[in-house]
Amino acid sequence: MSYISNTQDDKLKMLQAIGIKDGDAEKLFKDIPKDLRARSFNIQPGKNEYEVTQHVKGLAEKNNTRLISFLGAGYYDHFIPAAIDALASRSEFYTAYTPYQSEASQGTLQAIYEYQSAICRLTGMDVANASLYDGGTAVFEATMMAMRITKKSKFLIDSGLNPIHKKILYTHSDNLPVDFKETSDVNKLLDDKTAAIILQNPNFFGTITDYTDIIKKAHNAGAVVIMSVYPLSLGILKTPAEMGADIVIGECQSLGIPLSFGGPYLGFMATKKEYVRKMPGRIAGVTTDALGRRGFVLTLQTREQHIRREKATSNICSNQALCALRALIYMCLLGKEGLKKVAQSSAVKAEYAKNILSKIKGIKLEKTLPTFNEFVIELPVKADKITQKMQDKGFIAGFPLGRFYDNMEKHLLVAVTEKHTKQQIDRYAKALELLLCN
Amino acid sequence: MQLIFEKSKDGKKVFPVPENDTPAKFKLDKKYMRETSAELPQVSEFDVVRHFTGLSKMNLSVDSNFYPLGSCTMKYNPKFTEALAALEGFCDLHPFLPWLSGGARYAQGALELIYQLQKQLCEITGMSAFTTQPLAGAHGELTGILLIAAYHEHKGNRRKIVLIPDSGHGTNPATATIAGYQVKTIASDKNGVLDLNALKSSLNKDVAAIMLTCPNTLGIFNSQIKEVTDLAHKEGTLVYCDGANLNAILGRARPGDLGFDAVHVNLHKTFATPHGGGGPGAGPVGVKKELAPFLPVPRITRENKGNFGLDFNSKLSIGHIAPFYGNFLVLLKAYAYILALGKNGLLEVSENAVINANYIMHKLKDYYELPYNRGCMHECIFSASKQAKNGVHALDIAKALIDKGIHPPTIYFPLIVKEAMMIEPTETESKETLDSFINVMIELSKLAEDDPSKFKDFPKTTPVGRLDEVKAAKDLNLRT
Repeated sequence: MSYISNTQDDKLKMLQAIGIKDGDAEKLFKDIPKDLRARSFNIQPGKNEYEVTQHVKGLAEKNNTRLISFLGAGYYDHFIPAAIDALASRSEFYTAYTPYQSEASQGTLQAIYEYQSAICRLTGMDVANASLYDGGTAVFEATMMAMRITKKSKFLIDSGLNPIHKKILYTHSDNLPVDFKETSDVNKLLDDKTAAIILQNPNFFGTITDYTDIIKKAHNAGAVVIMSVYPLSLGILKTPAEMGADIVIGECQSLGIPLSFGGPYLGFMATKKEYVRKMPGRIAGVTTDALGRRGFVLTLQTREQHIRREKATSNICSNQALCALRALIYMCLLGKEGLKKVAQSSAVKAEYAKNILSKIKGIKLEKTLPTFNEFVIELPVKADKITQKMQDKGFIAGFPLGRFYDNMEKHLLVAVTEKHTKQQIDRYAKALELLLCN
Repeated sequence: MQLIFEKSKDGKKVFPVPENDTPAKFKLDKKYMRETSAELPQVSEFDVVRHFTGLSKMNLSVDSNFYPLGSCTMKYNPKFTEALAALEGFCDLHPFLPWLSGGARYAQGALELIYQLQKQLCEITGMSAFTTQPLAGAHGELTGILLIAAYHEHKGNRRKIVLIPDSGHGTNPATATIAGYQVKTIASDKNGVLDLNALKSSLNKDVAAIMLTCPNTLGIFNSQIKEVTDLAHKEGTLVYCDGANLNAILGRARPGDLGFDAVHVNLHKTFATPHGGGGPGAGPVGVKKELAPFLPVPRITRENKGNFGLDFNSKLSIGHIAPFYGNFLVLLKAYAYILALGKNGLLEVSENAVINANYIMHKLKDYYELPYNRGCMHECIFSASKQAKNGVHALDIAKALIDKGIHPPTIYFPLIVKEAMMIEPTETESKETLDSFINVMIELSKLAEDDPSKFKDFPKTTPVGRLDEVKAAKDLNLRT
């Protein structure tokens, strides 16, 4: 295949115009010395569109997405309305680039402004940026932001933070003068050297907490509070703003973005008004033209790398514009009532699953802990063994926590969304019960 | 256009979500619940469709307009790769599946795809190993510098400094800082390439890395690049290649052969995955053998029986740079693109990218100042300094182009060129498109002579005229 529009004749004419009379395009590469030319370029001959399509479809078929899955662990299978794909695949959106030329990019800019607004309304925070790569890198960016705000470097990480996000945080900050302490009781380690505490709600184990008191204590100690949230849960859950959080981040995959084997996803960040200049990433704002008409531009760019270079708030150069657009369309389609409904539906189905699983002999379940759509069960045997056996019965049973925690080999994290039916949950429970009996 | 929030109306029908069909009732202690509902818009599906269709029409885009935005490689994005990225077998695949015992068997196609893409990218760049984790170009840079830091640390001295030429992308110094390094800027010489003497006097055992863009941001291939990498290696310094401009040298030269130790590849530039209005992109990183042990985990492996799996057991790995394997759907599109083009198709890419850029350069050099009057690679950099004498700046020319239905080139970058206009036509544009662009640019240069005051009115055809950026930053209004 080739997507070149020039004909041989066009090329010849252009080369002649350039001054290469013999039409030898190779001369244009004269700056690359002969001994520096590619030593090898062993790439297969091209294929036509049909051949590549068949091949890639073949790869898709080697994946199996037909198992009934209760696997979540931070990444959830919520229903995605078709209108999202239809609108996000308008090429006026997806073949544009960063809206540096605002007059030629009002569509993208207004969408970013609306996305920022929707994130603020969802979280209760004052301002949001145009998005970050994902929920994990957002934790890192929030940490750096807290350092800029407090000029301190000690961080207390609640043990309920998504362990993948924690790993991403550690990798990114490996060479920076920061001190991380993981704890199940941030109160204990809190002192005036603490830059921030990092919380997650619901936490990785699905548990909901009202952090209001802990946040008050953190503020009294002079620390800021970073909270990672599951955006869809905010259809019903207490907002981070109501609890007093300062920097709010999260993975927005749940808002209309497919699981897609790991990405692209969408990180969001929102904060209080007073910290807006410390926030990384792009921000769209309202202004006017000479005739007084409302328009949108990227603003506060003096924080960013293309202007500040080594003094920038972050090296981030893009946002996840198209994913942010998807999340915005999702929030608009569902709206005020729909988002509440989908959150409730997920939570109540999870409650049902919790109930029937708790009745199975051998399964231990902490029923008093409030959870959203995900919860932990303790099995009499290694959870990883059980999930493997459940696969043969057509189920992805959940996430075996031994993968991340040495003392949780028998624990399984089970996620439920509004897409699950009673029948699926019943069959899942039955299959699990049978396995545990034998 | 009204905001979607301004179109909201109580009583609009709610989008149907799967209802609760279980006997369980929703109950949660009030202290865990929000006091009032999130004030998201109440609009119908049709309202939403009209709204976003309307917004889309307010953008210039590659599919509708010539978009010669320098350094961004705004080439045509084939449609079939979009269709492939929408296949359920990929979209519905949970990334944690292969982390479960027995789970990898359900993700063999996806793992194979990443494995094969890594191999393709190794061959294209001349590197030994690749990670697809980095989520964007700048994220790739950070990954690369963290790998270099881990390498030096393993050898006993992390070193302190990263050298970056004054023509480098802003992300380079920002990246080095985040990776914990001091940045030292190296001047370019009169030919637009790294000043070798300045480099020599800056190189020492404290320098961890040099970050170079190849070809550089002036669209110039540095013929002495091997001397640069050799000089660096003598001091134990590694050399990082910002691969933003790989499009120009596809199949002609490979960063690995030039002595670079690590490179990131912007799949959304060179390999035709869409830019998405500013993301998602993807910035896989390739490295030479000596850096491979430090690559992020999990690594994708191929077992003896031909099955694909994950390897987490890398003692020297820097850890996780992304949650899983990178922006998978972007990787998928790049993989399909490379397969479709094949060897000859990729060679045609660099050939036509370079012909198109040189053609524009030659046709416009009598009208606009060329700060580096020599052949270019995939992009050419003009200066509007001639026009600026009449009060017409690069920004004014950019706004005038918008009225002609052309997305402006990158302006005011690289920083070392005054009134810079960086034009990258890409290989997919036709001679006809280039000719009409050239005519417009000539017309504008004449207008700048004859009636420079006209420029202040541009753009006139857009939904809004020039916007007051100072006001936007002063009277912050970032949400409704």
